[in-house]
Amino acid sequence: MLEISWLAIALTIAAASTPLLLAAAGELVVERAGVLNLGLEGMMLMGAVIGFIVKVESGSWFVACLAAACVGALFSQAFAFFVLTLRANQVAAGLALTILGGGLAAVLGAGYVGVSLAPMPRIPVVGSELHPWLGLLEHSPLFWLGLLVVVGVQWFLFHSRAGLVLRAVGDSHDSAHALGYSVLKVRALAIAFGGAMAGLGGAYLSLVHTPLWSEGMTAGRGWIALALVVFAFWRPWRLLFGTFFFASVTILEIYAQGFSLAVPPQFFAMLPYLATIAILVFLSSAYWRGRSDAPAALGKTFAPPY
Amino acid sequence: MVYLLPTGLHLGLHLVLHASLRRCLRMGLAVRFLGVLVLVVGLCALGVAPAHGQEDSPLKVAFVYLGPIGDHGWSYGHEQGRLAVQKHFGAQVETHFVEKIPEGPESERVFARLIQDGYKLIFANGYGHTRSAIRAARLDPEVRLEVATGSETSPQVALYSARFYEGRYIAGVIAGHLSQSGTAGYIASLPVPEVVRGINAFLLGMRSVNPDARLRLAWVHAWYDPPREADAARVLIGRGADILTQHTDSTAALGVAAEQGVKAFGLASDMHHFAPEIHLSSIVNLWDSYYIERVSAYLDGTWQSGRAWRGFDGGMLEMSAYHNMPAEVAEAARRVEAQIRAGDLQIFAGPLIDQAGAQRIAAGAVLDDTALLSMDWFLDGVDGSLP
Repeated sequence: MLEISWLAIALTIAAASTPLLLAAAGELVVERAGVLNLGLEGMMLMGAVIGFIVKVESGSWFVACLAAACVGALFSQAFAFFVLTLRANQVAAGLALTILGGGLAAVLGAGYVGVSLAPMPRIPVVGSELHPWLGLLEHSPLFWLGLLVVVGVQWFLFHSRAGLVLRAVGDSHDSAHALGYSVLKVRALAIAFGGAMAGLGGAYLSLVHTPLWSEGMTAGRGWIALALVVFAFWRPWRLLFGTFFFASVTILEIYAQGFSLAVPPQFFAMLPYLATIAILVFLSSAYWRGRSDAPAALGKTFAPPY
Repeated sequence: MVYLLPTGLHLGLHLVLHASLRRCLRMGLAVRFLGVLVLVVGLCALGVAPAHGQEDSPLKVAFVYLGPIGDHGWSYGHEQGRLAVQKHFGAQVETHFVEKIPEGPESERVFARLIQDGYKLIFANGYGHTRSAIRAARLDPEVRLEVATGSETSPQVALYSARFYEGRYIAGVIAGHLSQSGTAGYIASLPVPEVVRGINAFLLGMRSVNPDARLRLAWVHAWYDPPREADAARVLIGRGADILTQHTDSTAALGVAAEQGVKAFGLASDMHHFAPEIHLSSIVNLWDSYYIERVSAYLDGTWQSGRAWRGFDGGMLEMSAYHNMPAEVAEAARRVEAQIRAGDLQIFAGPLIDQAGAQRIAAGAVLDDTALLSMDWFLDGVDGSLP
């Protein structure tokens, strides 16, 4: 009995962590390229609504996920246009993207509120009936994709030449430019990748987690993903740990109710943000200044010297 | 070139703004004259309108919904009631609805707007719409508002609600028969008496069959937050609940129950087609007859404020078809329903012991409506507390 319930906790945490993992992995690449995209929430909502609509209309899980990723990438290019081409302030443009995405998704999905879907089938594991713990391995394909993306991002950033260029752009765009790399092109691609991953994260919520569409259904998960990137010190591996921690906190809040702890539920709700603030304070200490992995050109606008 | 673009825009905007400002100033007198004219004409129209609008124009009835009408739950049920009103009265009434109106002060603007637009009878379906309704009613002495599950009345504001707990009790009876573990899970929304009452009634129904039954709670702190409802459903199943029920408005919990092969109840409208293989029954709200009755009363001039609270026998709720259970369980549920309908079965009959072990009502007595309407304690056997 106890074993089963621990298993269930683990499964629930895995389910709650998938959208965070996908969105945060995308944002990590964007920030490594020196761009701060606060539009995660908007891109996730766009992915959620488009994924849901495409699934209802086409019936294919694959096409739905693909569409969600494409829409996330396309939508993020609006942000790219403003911050890269027009050199707008990244914070303002990102917030605008969040607001626009929330509203646009609500309009697009108005006719799909209350439509219900069967949840996406999990990938079966051979022999999972032998031992309950093997059931832990049964997840939706998007969960495995999330893990793959983290592995892929780690490899890309630290073991590939293109990743080195991307990090160079994020650390010193002027040097990268002087070396002949196209800063704007690299950043646009990174933003598109971030958008695609956010779209997938949103699609996970509407296709797997609930599965239904409702306005504003991400309910702040985009912001948590954003905090996660900082929490992970911009390192993909630590992202895995951070996601697990953040998802655990939100799930354990519901569990804690049953154990009648004297901790108000609001405390758990703010714990991810508290932890992020603590990390930020820690990072700004004298020892870490200049030694952390924070991209040096994060949030800075690049104007090519003609 | 790229540098020039924003600068150009900036300059252009300045020019346009300055030019129009100057023109405005020059036209100041004319504008003021026009404004006064519009004001006078408007006032005249206001003075004339009620005098001739009474006889032939239809009664304008508005419905203010907390959620989207597509929630297939709470607001959907009220929308069905509105459609019934429109069908029943035809050209005599003109109905209109607004959806997704949050509880709290913002709803007052919505009410005020509707009253300004000439709506004379307004139904709202949010507990937290009550205060705003009472304040907005002052705008027009002829307007009448009604708030479903509301908290207080005024001469112009009536309250109506269904005795949902009767349906909860029957759901509990079914859960008592079907639960292997003796533990059911309850996804709770916000800690208001309505929710607390439903939780206690469900446990009483369960315990009428299985005296050791327990009920686990998971609060999601919202009426409508599908991902959170799904999380809560997963957690409850993980904690050993093999029957799920909810006091939230989406079908997310049913989706999780279907995925995990756990049986579950729907709420507010028949949710059978969302999860046909695990759905047991839904407590369906029926507002048609009440809405028709109240609109008639307004048309006849017999509308009175008050608090309508009706159950199975008043036609405000019903259990949808029973599925996924043995015939004898469905039969037992129907028997209990008939007893409640006939008034032979009192749900909150003593002795009732609360979580702290205190006796809330002695054997032989029954909790009265005042106690039910302010219920803020859980029965022994509820695993959870008020957040």
